[in-house]
Amino acid sequence: MNRHWHLREADARGLMWLGLDHQGHAVNLLALGVLDELESRLDELEPRLAADPIVGLVLHSLKETGFIAGADLGEFERLSDPAEAAAHIRRVHRILDRIESLPCPTLALIHGFCLGGGLELALACRYRVATDDPATRIGFPEIQLGLFPGYGGTWRAIRVLGPIAALRLMLTGRSLSGREAKALGLVDRVVPRRQLEATAADLARDQPRPGRAGWSRRLPNLWPLRPLIAARMEHQTDAKVVRAHYPAPFALIRHWRDNGSGRDPLLAGEARQVPELLLGETSRHLRRVFALQERLKGLASSTTERPRRVQVIGAGVMGGDIAAWCALQGMRVGLQDVSMEAIGRAMRRAQTLFGQRLSDPRLARDAWDRLTPDPSGQGLRGADLIIEAVAEDLSLKQRVFAEIEERAGPQALLATNTSSLPLERIGSNLRHPERLVGLHFFNPVARMRLVEVVRGADTDPDPVARAIAAVRAMDRLPLPVLSRPGFLVNRVLMPYLLEAVDLLDEGVPVGVIDRAAVAFGMPMGPLALADSVGLDICLAVSDTLGHDLTAPEETPQRLSRMVAEGLLGRKSGRGFYSYRDGRPSRERPPRGYRAPSDLTERLIFRLLNECVACLREGVVEDADLLDAGVILGTGFAPHTGGPAHYIAQGGRDRMRERLASLQRRHGGHFRPDRGWNPHPAGI
Amino acid sequence: MKSSSNTARPVYLVDGSRTPFLKARGRPGPFSAADLAVGAGRALLMRQPFPAEAIDEVILGCVVPAPEEANIARVVGLRLGCGASTPAWTVQRNCASGLQAIDCAAQAIASGRSELVLAGGTEAMSQAPVLFGRALVEWLGRWRQSPSLVARGRLLTRLRPRDLVPVIGLLKGLTDPIVGLSMGQTAEQLAWRFGIGRGAMDRFALRSHQRLGQAQDAGLFASEITPLFDTQGQCQLYDDGYRPDSDLERLARLPPVFDRPTGAVTAGNSAQVSDGAALLLLASSEAVERWGLPVLARVRDSHWAALDPAEMGLGPVHAMAPLLRRQGLATEAIDLFEINEAFAAQVLACQAAWSDEDWRRRALGDTADGPIPDAALNPEGGAIALGHPIGASGARLVLHLALSLKRRGLRLGVASLCVGGGQGGAMLLERVGGES
Repeated sequence: MNRHWHLREADARGLMWLGLDHQGHAVNLLALGVLDELESRLDELEPRLAADPIVGLVLHSLKETGFIAGADLGEFERLSDPAEAAAHIRRVHRILDRIESLPCPTLALIHGFCLGGGLELALACRYRVATDDPATRIGFPEIQLGLFPGYGGTWRAIRVLGPIAALRLMLTGRSLSGREAKALGLVDRVVPRRQLEATAADLARDQPRPGRAGWSRRLPNLWPLRPLIAARMEHQTDAKVVRAHYPAPFALIRHWRDNGSGRDPLLAGEARQVPELLLGETSRHLRRVFALQERLKGLASSTTERPRRVQVIGAGVMGGDIAAWCALQGMRVGLQDVSMEAIGRAMRRAQTLFGQRLSDPRLARDAWDRLTPDPSGQGLRGADLIIEAVAEDLSLKQRVFAEIEERAGPQALLATNTSSLPLERIGSNLRHPERLVGLHFFNPVARMRLVEVVRGADTDPDPVARAIAAVRAMDRLPLPVLSRPGFLVNRVLMPYLLEAVDLLDEGVPVGVIDRAAVAFGMPMGPLALADSVGLDICLAVSDTLGHDLTAPEETPQRLSRMVAEGLLGRKSGRGFYSYRDGRPSRERPPRGYRAPSDLTERLIFRLLNECVACLREGVVEDADLLDAGVILGTGFAPHTGGPAHYIAQGGRDRMRERLASLQRRHGGHFRPDRGWNPHPAGI
Repeated sequence: MKSSSNTARPVYLVDGSRTPFLKARGRPGPFSAADLAVGAGRALLMRQPFPAEAIDEVILGCVVPAPEEANIARVVGLRLGCGASTPAWTVQRNCASGLQAIDCAAQAIASGRSELVLAGGTEAMSQAPVLFGRALVEWLGRWRQSPSLVARGRLLTRLRPRDLVPVIGLLKGLTDPIVGLSMGQTAEQLAWRFGIGRGAMDRFALRSHQRLGQAQDAGLFASEITPLFDTQGQCQLYDDGYRPDSDLERLARLPPVFDRPTGAVTAGNSAQVSDGAALLLLASSEAVERWGLPVLARVRDSHWAALDPAEMGLGPVHAMAPLLRRQGLATEAIDLFEINEAFAAQVLACQAAWSDEDWRRRALGDTADGPIPDAALNPEGGAIALGHPIGASGARLVLHLALSLKRRGLRLGVASLCVGGGQGGAMLLERVGGES
């Protein structure tokens, strides 16, 4: 039965076409069903091609979305036995070997996604032709899921690229455009889509020598060099990630060091190493995070209308960056501010963003054309999404919304980017407060993919659905939250930051506190984070939020004092660190200093406790959304799978007991939230 | 075409916007002609109740588009998001290209072919191309065909320094190819014929600056000009050719530019070379009703005329006289005149000729009109103070006239330009509906 692979018999040019159309999926995946059928296709083709030679066999996709986007991650979740995983890998090795040994030239035609297993299949073909359009992405993203390529990819990538380029590709997980892949030697030709088939015919007829790394690129593979280079790579990787949390890059480097001498050891190494990673905690948790992101994406209904005309009010850093981002994503945007200077600065930053994100100057120009400076608010009338991003001042925001309601059309969805003011009060003077939502972006907008979609007490469900769809249209990840102080992300960060300040007051050095958090897996320490957010902002948030925490807390005096003295963090050149050219000073602990043994625990458990409170209060709907939000919004150690998952893994009762013991030692700030007691769904 | 008849369907100006006019300062400015038109157009379209795709066609006047801006109207239409299926075309009638575009739009609506048209003009004179001379182009052709190094070496010895002198495209464009006079020399010709002295020209120029300055101070351009931001974030709010420090003494010190050393036409009493764009939206009554558009003015009629290229500056008289005659209107019935200030001498000559019995009889075979009052002529200044991006000026005059009628609560106005090559164009606007 042939559901996925469709064979077109040899045409006038002698080419036979094997096209993949993965049934039931929007994109082609190298799923078990697809592999099974590929195997039976080979059973049928091998004797035929031996008896009746053809000019070439072309593997291609019948889907517009791309070639093959990788393996089917869902299938991995069912694996529990390393031997079973190893057998699966060896089976795929055999299938790809059989493609490689076909008696005629084989070609992969690549447009759109060609990732992971898809690229490994393409590498088993003699030639690869890619299209030059921006949708074409070629690469090995496995490392981001705590894995490395296991379908012969380490061997075949090294064969065509040499070990250095191949490992760099696999270690970064970066995907390449068609042109970049050609420059690297990963594909043989890059052509416009319309020339894909003609180029395939040319290659099959002319049969040039297949692409292989030259001798200089192969050189690092030689015995005395390989261990030296591997050691250096490990050293560089150590500087980027914590080895205990992210074993995959180190496993990949050692795999090459030990097995890099040739095909057989590399393939055997894959079959040994990859199952271990696959079943290991890190990869399972990272795959979970990936699935959570997919869930956030899926929150947007495909039938809800996406905004086409957006109006952003307030051209400060936040408003300007939101406007530029929306224009980059194809919306027509009006950027409104009373200050021409503010608009000018925002336009300049927008131009920088467009230049960075769009390599084609014509596309950058189009994005620029879509972003209209609008000092007098003329875009309000036709906008279908209006985002207010003025200063955090209640009466100012109320005045802005009064003007918006006066001038906007009835179709417009109204949103505020407030981080600290209650939605209900901002909208208190509106005739239609039911269409007001919060869209809480994080700074920097271009890097932070999470957007909290805030539902106020007065908000109707339909505007929330529209806001979620709008966030997806901006290629950001929507997290629906209730209108509670701090929403989710700032709420759970605040006690963690306050605890860091308490520790500082107890005499623990700055660097020691931050290093403990980083060692746990946070992207940066709490004090460095406070410095980059700005201590004035932290103070304001702490003042408004402190009383609403599960263990209410006054703002530490140190924070008020620092702000009063003008120590505002990175932007003023001094905060918890001093900054020179934007780089923080290195804070070394005194010789012989020994950090308190429960330092990390104190930081993390404050955050975990607040997470439990948020879940109890229904700030987010369930534990998975909590994990997604806290990981994407705070950078909370992704390898743990998120705070709720971390609690569940540690044993809920045991974790509660650790918190209670902290309370006994350090006081009320650690009082376990009521949410620890009964068991709400999910934890 | 000698005249255009009364239009079949009424045509309305509903909105418009222009960029500040930016004086060319010897180097290419930051905006191409298409950038300027997009800058004016995106703000204009953003405030409309209809989507950009609802526009039926885009018509732009532009005299010297950049090489990558062939059919610049299409480039602008697509960049503004009018969509792939909205046709666009570019017109060229030298200094009146912008007026021609509006006239074409009006005809398309009057005839029933279009309901909603985006029309106007744009020009980046500071980016006018600098060309290789003929001799150098031929030399390069031979270089490419030379087979050997020896032949190329020989060629190199034949290259003269004067072959390298570039041709300034702008200067070529401002010289009449038939009579060989520069535009400034045609103004000197009129000054001589009508006895207009240096003092009168300079006083006229000063008044233009003063009127512009007063209008800027009063904030009269807020509804007309869209601020323009460059990619560095610099914002242009006003026409930057305005010289608040201008006075008669300074103007008198400037040397003549065209008839040296004895002429009277100087840089100070001529239009400035500028970059800028002006766009308008024209609509049928069906479109006005369908989208609930406010009506700024009705395009009642327009007329084109031609004359001796050496006296091209009198074009407005040749165009306005038949226009008023056809509409049965006397000078007194016209509330406002916007006549493009190519040169002070040229506008003054138009005013003189308009009421000169003898000249009217000989040149037009009709009788003199009553004088055009100074107060009703270019009341917010003109191209001498704010610049003359040639493709855009006609559209600016129509836009400004319409807004000016509205603001003053007046009814009838004429916009007119002289056209290099010996032509004149004029358009009659009528404000309809409520008071200002």
